[in-house]
Amino acid sequence: MLDAEEVRTFVQGTVHFFETATGHPATVGSPYLCIDKSAVVQDYAGVIGISGNREGKVYFTAPRGMLSVMLMCMNETDTGEQNVRDLVGEVANTISGNARRDFGRNFIISTPTICDRTNAAQAAATTGRSFVIPINWRSYAANVVVCLQ
Amino acid sequence: MSAVPKPRQPLRMMIVDDSNVMRRRIERSQQNDLLEVVATAVNGLDAVEKFKQLQPDVLTLDLTMPEMDGIECVEHIIKLKPDVLILVVSALADKATAVEAIEKGANGFLCKPFTDDQLNEALAELIGE
Repeated sequence: MLDAEEVRTFVQGTVHFFETATGHPATVGSPYLCIDKSAVVQDYAGVIGISGNREGKVYFTAPRGMLSVMLMCMNETDTGEQNVRDLVGEVANTISGNARRDFGRNFIISTPTICDRTNAAQAAATTGRSFVIPINWRSYAANVVVCLQ
Repeated sequence: MSAVPKPRQPLRMMIVDDSNVMRRRIERSQQNDLLEVVATAVNGLDAVEKFKQLQPDVLTLDLTMPEMDGIECVEHIIKLKPDVLILVVSALADKATAVEAIEKGANGFLCKPFTDDQLNEALAELIGE
């Protein structure tokens, strides 16, 4: 399971992502342990499988409106379904990939799988317990969920 | 009479990333007059195929991609054109990955997420501007 220092890695990675990619800072609420095995999924989730020296998954989940506004802040004019799905995966990929700065290169990340409310079970934690990191960005709320053995 | 210097021809650039948002972001954000985007590719395999046809001078290259990842792609492309300039643009932030990419033949490494200024600085440095 994650220790406090490891949770901090994902918190810092999340803050850095929003500040740099969108130009608008995010605030992060207190991470909490989710004992319930059901997935915390908003409209979309980008799920990254983790293998190597750790096993599990990391996902970013957000409402559609937030993803559309994020695209606009990145000067993207096409806020259609494909780009919204693409972005949620790219956010998850970036936060997970950045974590290798602390976890090392044997923290191996997969390409993203995109889930929505119709297939949220794919995002559900399969091993161990999940840490949920609440994110507030502009008027929106999203989550980074980290489930690592 | 001093000779008028010839305007430098733009270098032909290909953007390789499995994310459409990221491909469009790089294409939109790059402001260098010495670079002309001639193609995009969605993974390493696609990049190698398009590289054979178009022989671009410069690549931005993601690492984590389906079909063929960026490191394997560098190995193939360097064999096709040893003097190609490759800027790896990846979220993989550990030093060992950056070192491996450079050892395989990449010329620079830009970590995601990045600002427009960081992208343009990295591209300028890549082409020796």
